[in-house]
Amino acid sequence: MPKDIDAKESGIGAASKRREDIRFLSGTGNYTDDINLNGQAYVHFLRSDVAHGRITSIETAAAAAMPGVLRVFTGADFEGVGSIPCGWQVTDRFGEVMQEPAHPVLAQGKVRHVGDPIAAVVAETAEAARDAAEAIELDIEELPAVVDMKAALAEGAPKVHDDLTSNLCYDWGFVEENKAAVDAAFDAAAHVTSLELVNNRLVANPMEPRVAVGDFNRATGDSTLYTTSQNPHVIRLLMGAFVLGIPEHKLRVVAPDVGGGFGSKIFHYAEEAFCTFAAKALNRAVKWTSSRSEAFMSDAHGRDHVTKIELALDADNNFTALRTDTLANMGAYLSTFAPSVPTWLHGTLMAGNYKTPLIYVNVKAVFTNTVPVDAYRGAGRPEATFQLERVIDKAALELGVDPIALRRQNFITEFPYATPVAVEYDTGDYVATMDKLEEIADIAGFAARRAESERAGKLRGLGVNCYIEACGIAPSNLVGQLGARAGLYESATVRVNATGGIVVMTGSHSHGQGHETSFPQVIASMIGIDEDMVEIEHGDTNNAPMGMGTYGSRSLAVGGSAMVRATEKIIAKAKKIAAHLMEAADADIELKDGQFSVAGTDKSVAWGDVTLAAYVPHNYPLEEIEPGLEETAFYDPANFTYPSGAYACEVEVDPETGKVSIERFAAADDFGNIVNPMIVDGQVHGGIGQGIGQALLEGCVYDENGQLLSASFMDYAMPRADDVPFYAVDHSCQTPCTHNPLGVKGCGEAGAIGSPPAVVNAVVNALRSAGKDVTHIDMPLSPARVWAAMQG
Amino acid sequence: MTKVTMTVNGKPASGDVEGRTLLVSFLRETLGMTGTHVGCDTSQCGACVVHVDGKAVKSCTMLALEAEGAEVATIEGQAAADGTLNTIQAAFQEHHGLQCGFCTPGMVMSAAALLKDNPKPSEAEIRHYLEGNLCRCTGYHNIVKAIMAASGQDVSAIAAE
Repeated sequence: MPKDIDAKESGIGAASKRREDIRFLSGTGNYTDDINLNGQAYVHFLRSDVAHGRITSIETAAAAAMPGVLRVFTGADFEGVGSIPCGWQVTDRFGEVMQEPAHPVLAQGKVRHVGDPIAAVVAETAEAARDAAEAIELDIEELPAVVDMKAALAEGAPKVHDDLTSNLCYDWGFVEENKAAVDAAFDAAAHVTSLELVNNRLVANPMEPRVAVGDFNRATGDSTLYTTSQNPHVIRLLMGAFVLGIPEHKLRVVAPDVGGGFGSKIFHYAEEAFCTFAAKALNRAVKWTSSRSEAFMSDAHGRDHVTKIELALDADNNFTALRTDTLANMGAYLSTFAPSVPTWLHGTLMAGNYKTPLIYVNVKAVFTNTVPVDAYRGAGRPEATFQLERVIDKAALELGVDPIALRRQNFITEFPYATPVAVEYDTGDYVATMDKLEEIADIAGFAARRAESERAGKLRGLGVNCYIEACGIAPSNLVGQLGARAGLYESATVRVNATGGIVVMTGSHSHGQGHETSFPQVIASMIGIDEDMVEIEHGDTNNAPMGMGTYGSRSLAVGGSAMVRATEKIIAKAKKIAAHLMEAADADIELKDGQFSVAGTDKSVAWGDVTLAAYVPHNYPLEEIEPGLEETAFYDPANFTYPSGAYACEVEVDPETGKVSIERFAAADDFGNIVNPMIVDGQVHGGIGQGIGQALLEGCVYDENGQLLSASFMDYAMPRADDVPFYAVDHSCQTPCTHNPLGVKGCGEAGAIGSPPAVVNAVVNALRSAGKDVTHIDMPLSPARVWAAMQG
Repeated sequence: MTKVTMTVNGKPASGDVEGRTLLVSFLRETLGMTGTHVGCDTSQCGACVVHVDGKAVKSCTMLALEAEGAEVATIEGQAAADGTLNTIQAAFQEHHGLQCGFCTPGMVMSAAALLKDNPKPSEAEIRHYLEGNLCRCTGYHNIVKAIMAASGQDVSAIAAE
């Protein structure tokens, strides 16, 4: 089938080249660390080097007297300042709300993880601040740390937070009412497959470390924060309303060019609040630039689930029930969206692509003396997909059936489909994506490739899996019921200038996704003008009226829809103006290729004639409509969107060393309609790269005392160019979303969600081809782990 | 403070630095040339790659004083004076070899050094050469493809765009 690449030259569906590339390729981007304000001072944070301890004394006089030091701040300076808030409150299976500890900007009395900020030195230079931090005299009484989640829940375990009853944040059951029916289905099952697995703790590691620059204008009383954020409006609300008590009209948050996020830049962090607070206290701009080592111990981590999953099947291999028990690590504090990740972003996805009628998910969220854990690319959905797709492969092994056939047999085939875990899939075609996968992955040719690998002394394995995800996050009324403390709509203002050019101010944020290119494609198609007549502004709370930001693959589905709604208002008003200019009825006006015409006549006026009339209203229906052409829309989605797909991985395993190499990787995705296929492909590539990283390389490691052992790129294995192959990706299977105006579903996370199980399934398959009785290996599949598995 | 003088993108540049000042800090902070980025503190990520006397160097790993008298080339000097992208830069745009753009300056400078020594590298040679440049966005697919295209190789057969 011909691909849609370059099928169109412009507008929706075109592989338009990215306009933002010019500045990034020529070194003229504007990242937060590139911003330097007049009179700027620098902060260095003194962080805890123990996982758990009580601060018995902290002497700052010597540090304060060091050259260039402006002031040394400690927790005492933040008494009366708010706690860093959590944006989601989960209610447990007994109807009680989760335990929610305070999260101070600087430690108050106790430190709870390696990296917890204790004091902050502000100085004339970064070097002076760093030097002075070494002169702070600090005594910490070290306390026993809890690192392992099971140990943290044990009777008598040391408590991360003294004022909580235990280290259990919540015990969530979903769907609690189904529990007995699920248990009964297991009792009646012809076969039960059970698997215990770890979803390894990861560090997002966008290439740009976090940066914050706080500024204060004493004359106006206005604060400004420049920060590496995926959602500056959210930071304005959380920091302004809950931490520092600054109303929105006195606080501007700017997230300029941001060098990747992957979730880790959603959250409101202590350093942002500190820089904003200190700028006012010192009447100086205050800048913090994270080092990579600091990032490892202060950016929220991802994943870190330990799960037991059980799948019940009847005598015909139909899935009859699914039951899971998960421990989810929250780390030492509740990061912004942490409680939602193992619950509503995980439990609701456990049906996957399959018509399993009964599902029960239990999740216990646990506080430990580790860095807070929150959303990382996929957020809950990779964890759901991994366990489900692994247990299905294991079931296929136990039953002696083909894993693809087992999946096909259990596919959901009729839509809309209401799952037993509270969501309704609007569209999908899982048979089509699996068919497409079998074609692009050349599954039929695998046996020959395996034979070739074996001739070279290598084991070869094939792993296939499906995924579904819930994107376009999310309907506000629904998430409100589920505990979200925010609405999850998006806004856009479309401003048409007198000469016809357009500026869109969107609450979505681009940090690699290419919105500056893809969003104009939509408007260009709607009006019939050139894409370069449309400019996108994002990342500044002074522009878009409000913004919930970019995560959960929501930008086009939610932010793009808001932009469409605002543009529809623009077109409606422009048609009234055109009707007046041509002395016709509004209803007779048609807009095509940037020309307004009167149906059935040869009368027309150009887009530019109408926009000029809006701002020079000499001949204008002033009694009916206002001059000007600017509209705002807020869009709140009716449902999540449900992208889906099927992925295949082929690996070679060196039986001598256990080293795994990815030989082929194919992804067949259904993202609904596509605006820019080039950008969509790139999003999938990047997600697969991260998924391969999780499966083979990445793992955040703590020792039993809570020391972070993997705190640099020397110790934490990031995927490199020679760890991955070229990927075959296809998104020609398109079942458009039924409830947003673009029919789009979202593509940002699919690669990271769909790829880890394919890799692990492939490695298990490879080892079994050599007669090894291996059914599972925990990620990352390092040579040592694979080799050990081969030794039995 | 010691005065250091070098040539950056063909123009003389000098400034007062501490002994511990890194070349990347001199470029970014003293000269205000923020195109070169810092992505780590262990010489792993390669976001800071520049050319010093024609060789690719991680500018976070070299002291500014060590570059005394050197010819330094950075990302800011790669395009033509009128802003026209060079062959490598243009290939990165054409083949979507960048997303967030943070690793991009280092990728472009590393690619330039590679192609200078090896004008038609194989896929494997490119992947091996880029071991010192981390990208978190692209999964490397389009970076490798862009470098192959920049070296004049036909990339139309490579799966997907």
